[in-house]
Amino acid sequence: MRFLSAVSLTVPVVLASCAEPEYPRRTVAGADAARGLELVRETGCAACHDIPQVRWPKGRSGPPLAGIGTRPLIAGRIPNQPDAMGAFIQDAPSLVPGTAMPAMPLNDRQARDVAAFLYTLDDD
Amino acid sequence: MDFRSGWPPPVLDPAGPFAGPLTTVAWVLFVMGLAVFLIVVAVLGVALFGPPRFRRSLQTERLVWIGGIAFPVVVLSALLVYGLATTARLSDAADEGEMRVRVTGEMWWWRVAYLDTEGREAIQDANEVHIPTGQPVVIELESADVIHSLWIPRLGGKTDMIPGRRNFMRIQADTPGVYTGQCAEYCGGPHALMGLVVIAHTPEDYDVWRARQAQPAPLSSLPGAQTFTAAGCGACHTIRGTSANGLAGPDLTHVGSRRTLGAGILPNNQGTMAGWISDSQAIKPGNRMPSYPVMTGQELQDISAYLESLK
Repeated sequence: MRFLSAVSLTVPVVLASCAEPEYPRRTVAGADAARGLELVRETGCAACHDIPQVRWPKGRSGPPLAGIGTRPLIAGRIPNQPDAMGAFIQDAPSLVPGTAMPAMPLNDRQARDVAAFLYTLDDD
Repeated sequence: MDFRSGWPPPVLDPAGPFAGPLTTVAWVLFVMGLAVFLIVVAVLGVALFGPPRFRRSLQTERLVWIGGIAFPVVVLSALLVYGLATTARLSDAADEGEMRVRVTGEMWWWRVAYLDTEGREAIQDANEVHIPTGQPVVIELESADVIHSLWIPRLGGKTDMIPGRRNFMRIQADTPGVYTGQCAEYCGGPHALMGLVVIAHTPEDYDVWRARQAQPAPLSSLPGAQTFTAAGCGACHTIRGTSANGLAGPDLTHVGSRRTLGAGILPNNQGTMAGWISDSQAIKPGNRMPSYPVMTGQELQDISAYLESLK
């Protein structure tokens, strides 16, 4: 009996440690993810990025954005934090010289909305 | 302005005097078709479920002569005459002094040339037709390869572009605005991604636009101007005022001022420009411009900045 109870206590712990690690979902205070998606459509981000919610086009020059909400780095260089994401969207070349991604014609508020949208893109 | 505004175009909402009659014809045909359908259904109902007396009366040969032959001949002939009379003027060649624009269907974009009074091509453009409001504009329709069809529902009828032939289409917009159109004849591959837009300006604004459009590109000190030349883009594209004089693709002299890229399918900004140059085949599969995976990020950045500066 003691063995069985030891197993019954251990199994859940072992299984839990096999589960996917939980990433905290990043959020952008006061920003509107739905408006962000609308801006993404108007701006044509999908010309270079495969974006799950945008059916067409599925550009390939930039990285696919599925899962960008939980990735640790932006462009392999910058910690993926809301302020950095907003700044990168507005003026990528100033943060990552030599990138093909140009500065985009978005104001601060719009960039925050787009960042909020990107943070809804989890891996699952 | 959102590059999708005016899209998709409403098909029964005429915005000028050459689309109006077509909408009327369409409604007349709808109503007549509905009337005939209701008559046929009523007669069928009588034949199936009516009292025997009525059903017997449907068995006569006379009914076939009247309902099956005389009625369609009279009604269809009348509709044909009405339709031809209403639309006759829509496909006439330009009269003296009327504005002329040549639009050539290419796989899969629209080559646009504004003609001077002598009929020579004065200004080259692509995928956009700018017109002044309140006056007729005659579009000369040609094709460079296969059959295309130009349809701008709010301004005029659908007219085919046939290789070796020149068709005409009259359009007029009563108010300034954006009127979208689409290739309406399957022309292979990315046919569905072959859009066009007509932008109607007030006559004063149109004159300003045309004067600016006639200018060559200014000498540019941007690094992208060099990159553009070095990469050989000028083999297919013309930028007036530079050594780029290719004719296979759209004229890029004022590409930065266009509403869209890729024939009406993408907004026009530096990002979409870079994406289009880098991998247009992912965006519009099969289009005649190859992808350029050999270009570095910096080169794409430079070229797209240069092209967007060509207002």
